[in-house]
Amino acid sequence: MRETLLEIKDLHVEVEDKYILKGLNLTIKKGEIHAIMGPNGGGKSTLCNSIMGNPKYKVTLGQILFEGEDITNLKVNERAKKGIFLSFQYPEEIPGITVDNFIRTSVNIVTGQNVTMLQFAKDMKNTLELLDMKSEYRSRYLNVGFSGGEKKKTEILQMAFLKPKLVMLDEIDSGLDIDALKVVAEAVKKLKTEEMSILIVTHYNRILDYLEPDAISVLMDGKIVKSGDRDLAKILEEKGYDFVRNGV
Amino acid sequence: MKKPDIKEIDFSIYDVKDNVKYEYQTGKGLSKEVVLEISEQKNEPSWMRDFRLKALEIYQKMPMPTWGVDLSQLDIDSIIAYIRPSAKMQRSWDEVPEEIRRTFERLGIPEAERKALAGVGAQYDSEVVYHNIKESLTQQGVIFEDMDTAVKKYPDIIKEYFMTKNVTPHDHKFAALHAAIWSGGTFVYVPEGVKVEVPLQAYFRMNAPGSGQFEHTLIIADKGSEVHFIEGCSAPQYSVSNLHAGCVELFVNEGARIIYSTIENWSKNTYNLNTKRAIVEKDGIIEWISGSFGSHKTMLYPASILKGEGAKAEYTGVTFAAKGQHLDTGSKMIHLAPHTSSKVLAKSISKDGGISSYRGLLKIGPNAEGAKASVQCEGLMLDDISRSDTMPVIEIENDNVDIGHEAKVGRISDEQIFYLMSRGLSEDDARAMIVRGFVEPIAKALPLEYAVEMNRLIKLELEGAIG
Repeated sequence: MRETLLEIKDLHVEVEDKYILKGLNLTIKKGEIHAIMGPNGGGKSTLCNSIMGNPKYKVTLGQILFEGEDITNLKVNERAKKGIFLSFQYPEEIPGITVDNFIRTSVNIVTGQNVTMLQFAKDMKNTLELLDMKSEYRSRYLNVGFSGGEKKKTEILQMAFLKPKLVMLDEIDSGLDIDALKVVAEAVKKLKTEEMSILIVTHYNRILDYLEPDAISVLMDGKIVKSGDRDLAKILEEKGYDFVRNGV
Repeated sequence: MKKPDIKEIDFSIYDVKDNVKYEYQTGKGLSKEVVLEISEQKNEPSWMRDFRLKALEIYQKMPMPTWGVDLSQLDIDSIIAYIRPSAKMQRSWDEVPEEIRRTFERLGIPEAERKALAGVGAQYDSEVVYHNIKESLTQQGVIFEDMDTAVKKYPDIIKEYFMTKNVTPHDHKFAALHAAIWSGGTFVYVPEGVKVEVPLQAYFRMNAPGSGQFEHTLIIADKGSEVHFIEGCSAPQYSVSNLHAGCVELFVNEGARIIYSTIENWSKNTYNLNTKRAIVEKDGIIEWISGSFGSHKTMLYPASILKGEGAKAEYTGVTFAAKGQHLDTGSKMIHLAPHTSSKVLAKSISKDGGISSYRGLLKIGPNAEGAKASVQCEGLMLDDISRSDTMPVIEIENDNVDIGHEAKVGRISDEQIFYLMSRGLSEDDARAMIVRGFVEPIAKALPLEYAVEMNRLIKLELEGAIG
């Protein structure tokens, strides 16, 4: 039995005076790939934001435990340093700050040590190749003028450098064409280590074909309403979420 | 080795310094006697003395400007009493305001140098460096001289150019004030075709008495020459008085190029009312790079008069206003000849209730056939209580021109902060990074060491901003 990495207990979350999560329970094991599926507006992105600690999402009840430690009230950057990473659905643009500069700054903060110029350049070259990105991205301003696909790739680029314990991929497949999706999925697969857990939030099965989750949970109306193995995804695809709703 | 011992230093280039020993009564205000005394102590030729007296008359007749920042609390007469050099002679490091001292320390400037920059002590190393630079310049025929000295050494040139055909005492009240009581500053002459390789820095003159508050900078770049002048360095400037009314006159002759960079960081009680202007002849280029930090109120609008055909001007500036500050800055681009071009990129940052405004003028005269101009101004407010305004005025008197204009004002969004924090940055670091990115175009235009110092200044300004 694998150890628990993340445990969410009875989580209630409010966004702009509206309850989105209403008593959510979820456990993610170390090394596990766990997919969260569910209809739009069900709270999937809210879950990611709450785990990352976005202050806009207010936890009114419940707990988030990471490696046994209660992180419910921890600041966003403290969570990042503990090894939690969110690949954003809509990554922000930061004019004037190059991809290179940003990732170096971030790596130095998160790892607490200064990565050497040489090592950084080497890692950067390899990771860019892995993601089928040109080296000119290094000197472009972070996400400024990037296409949807380029933004998603840049998120994975950051993930590669930060080596988190928990990676949340929030709709990584949106805005990607089939080829780019394949590149991204295979890069994630390559970057995944034994210790790394991945939480995939998606509507679609395609990314799951590449990443082969160990577990699937269905999030509807602010709660996990059903959990199962990979076959659950197939059933959902055939019968839709109503099947789950009616089946509960 | 740093030796604060004054006896060992050759002060010949600062002749004036040793002579200055005024013992004024306070509270007299600005009068003919004060102006005469300044002139006499400087041992000036009579033409300069007469020029000062005429300027004083103009000053007394002119009204205070009623636009821009609120100047109603500015009591010039009481400030004038302070500019008397005796006040400076009594200066000690202990008199330097605590916040400025802290900034010096955090900028990593060694103590001896800090004192020198504050006009308190004398710094041996700086003298040596200064002399070395000066020697290589002299060989090329470049004049790089203290303005007080230049008046005596090059009277014909100074008499011809000093506030006669560029900025004049008639321009506005503070130009007149400056003309009457100016002191210190720099004179630079670059001969035809000479390209000065190293940037000239006013920094080396900071311990000269009288420089700092009413300093005059006159630069003449002769045909086809090039020079980069850096004013102020990033060191916060301490002044006994809380009025700075400097004047910069630049002459860019045919095919010449002047880059004029300034990073100013004034004490937060200072009124910074500065006049800067360049006259650009045929195919000449003027590039202004300007960083305005500190001060209580600032009014600063470097002007480029594009007089000759094909003359070019660029202005790249950033202004940072925090609590209790109103910084009104911008640029004036005056196109008077055909095929002239100008480009403005102005960025302003405001926080904690600070007001940062862009006020600019783009004027295309009737003869400026085929002129090109673009103005881009951007304001970034760091919170809900700060203000950022853009007031670009565009006057066009020729139909065959190409004009571009863009202005936007925005805030740092919570989503950006969240994004950066999710990558490990603290909230303060996230804000600092966004601001650093915002001013990147200005940092890029500066020599590396100044870009680094500007970023450090921004970081200092941002610290403690987040409650």
